[in-house]
Amino acid sequence: MNSVTTFLTQDGGFWVLTFGKIALLLFIVLTVNAYLTWFERKVVALMQSRVGPHRVGPHGLLQPAADGLKFLFKEDVMPGGVDKFVYLLAPFLALTLALASLAVIPFGPKPLPPPFTFFGHQIDLWITNPDIGLLVLFAITALGVYGVALAGWASNSKYPLLGGLRSSAQMVSYELSMTMSVVGVVLMANSFSLTKIISLQDSSKWGLLSWNIFTFHGGFPQVVGFLCFFISAIAETNRVPFDLPEAESELVAGFHTEYSSFKFAMFFIAEYTSMISVSSLCAILFFGGWYSPIPDLPWLQFTHYLPSLILIPFGLWVIFDGVRYETIFGKVILPGLGTAIAGVGALLLAGVWIAPLHEVNEYIQGPFWLLSKIFFFLFFYVWARGTLPRFRYDQLMHIGWKLLLPVSIANVIITAGCVLRWGHP
Amino acid sequence: MSAPLIVFFLLAALAVVGALSLILQKHPIHSALSLIVVMVSLAGLYLLMGAEFVAAVQIIVYGGAIMVLFVFVIMLLNASAEEHTDFSKLAKFGGLPLALALTGLLAAAMIHNGSAVPNNVTPDALASTTDISMSLFSTFVYPFELTSFLILVAIMGALVLAQREKKT
Repeated sequence: MNSVTTFLTQDGGFWVLTFGKIALLLFIVLTVNAYLTWFERKVVALMQSRVGPHRVGPHGLLQPAADGLKFLFKEDVMPGGVDKFVYLLAPFLALTLALASLAVIPFGPKPLPPPFTFFGHQIDLWITNPDIGLLVLFAITALGVYGVALAGWASNSKYPLLGGLRSSAQMVSYELSMTMSVVGVVLMANSFSLTKIISLQDSSKWGLLSWNIFTFHGGFPQVVGFLCFFISAIAETNRVPFDLPEAESELVAGFHTEYSSFKFAMFFIAEYTSMISVSSLCAILFFGGWYSPIPDLPWLQFTHYLPSLILIPFGLWVIFDGVRYETIFGKVILPGLGTAIAGVGALLLAGVWIAPLHEVNEYIQGPFWLLSKIFFFLFFYVWARGTLPRFRYDQLMHIGWKLLLPVSIANVIITAGCVLRWGHP
Repeated sequence: MSAPLIVFFLLAALAVVGALSLILQKHPIHSALSLIVVMVSLAGLYLLMGAEFVAAVQIIVYGGAIMVLFVFVIMLLNASAEEHTDFSKLAKFGGLPLALALTGLLAAAMIHNGSAVPNNVTPDALASTTDISMSLFSTFVYPFELTSFLILVAIMGALVLAQREKKT
């Protein structure tokens, strides 16, 4: 019996649970994707001294819903002379592969506590946790090129073809340095399993110094590895400053020029989903995953209430902001939202005195820190987009092949030496 | 029939259909896509045998890198649908009988030597990455290094061929 045959012979409860978790994760991720567009537009607007979306709902908070509806109701144009099968396959491929990569990402250390089980199955905070989690992610990334390349080819138009060619060349080039840059982490953890990689960065003693990016324990600090990984990953997700496949001044919209309506939205969702999975990978591989940056010393125990301590001022600020808001709708919605947020925060803070609530606080530590780190990297993506100009194509290839690849190989050699000398047996 | 067996037959059928479609498709891109289907279903078969690492590498190297290169070159050359030619008389008349003969021969050999092929293979030795790397870098280190040398030579050859001739 190997892991796959065990998996195939599970009982019905397991399957219902897994499909339920997949549905829940899809719902959450698609909502987060929608609000990521709102977040991106708001942040870039602030960086450029603009207001950003503010017409639909208070602070433009309903803009994602409006965008989604618009995508659904737009006419679905099929250009003449396209290769129909491949033209339809490409967006599906892009979206399914991007979403599939989230299945192996662990969002928290512990399964839900005992009363919450499902027909005898414990409810883990991940969909699946294979021993080769990292390899699965790279396999999905490797196939991800097809969505873009085939979209470009099938559209039967010159701009998409050029965009598709550019992007497949770019993604193939950067995949190399991306894969090489995480080898250091794999060497230090001696495993491809994402949960094992995280558990070796346990920060209860040394705080953030035990994260892979800083630690000397059993290896070498992976600062260089992280920089190579993040730069390659930005290129791999076709984001600014490496968004040459869709450089609008040269190629209109690159590979998705000929796509309209929801098929265009599928490419869009795929791009944002891969941003999320790259950010989670950064957090997991280099920044300690679900471990807090603060050591777990007795006098620092109060930091376990940080999530609730953040929620209360945030909720109060939303109330205050809502009272000042121009429209009646905003005056009602925003204070309501703020009261809810502050209320949840206050309830959690009551865990200081009430034992079950204290347990809740302890439980959300892992997810809280992981999600904060993911959020930070997502912000970084937007930050880069708001500030950096696009690279020229030859510069792009130069960086990929002549800078990132040799540097990440050097990182692998140095880390391998350190692991050999001081590493785990 | 047990669940793993059903999955095995699904994947095997997918691989065979993909391989047939690879030959029968007119357009090079469609053929390349069929080949990707074959590669991915083979990876599924490896996974079913418990060889997780090999399955992942199959997708990363064959499904990803190599096939992307195929698709890339086809796109770059802008190859269009193939024309049907009557070039090979042998393929036209001898193709089907020869293919059947080969299938028969292989089937006969398999049935004859049925006991030589262990019928419930669980290559646990190949399951973990550690075991694979141990055997690669100890027992098979010379073939392994020779292969990488061969690939290096091939890369150099490609570079030399692709280099533009210097005008003197």
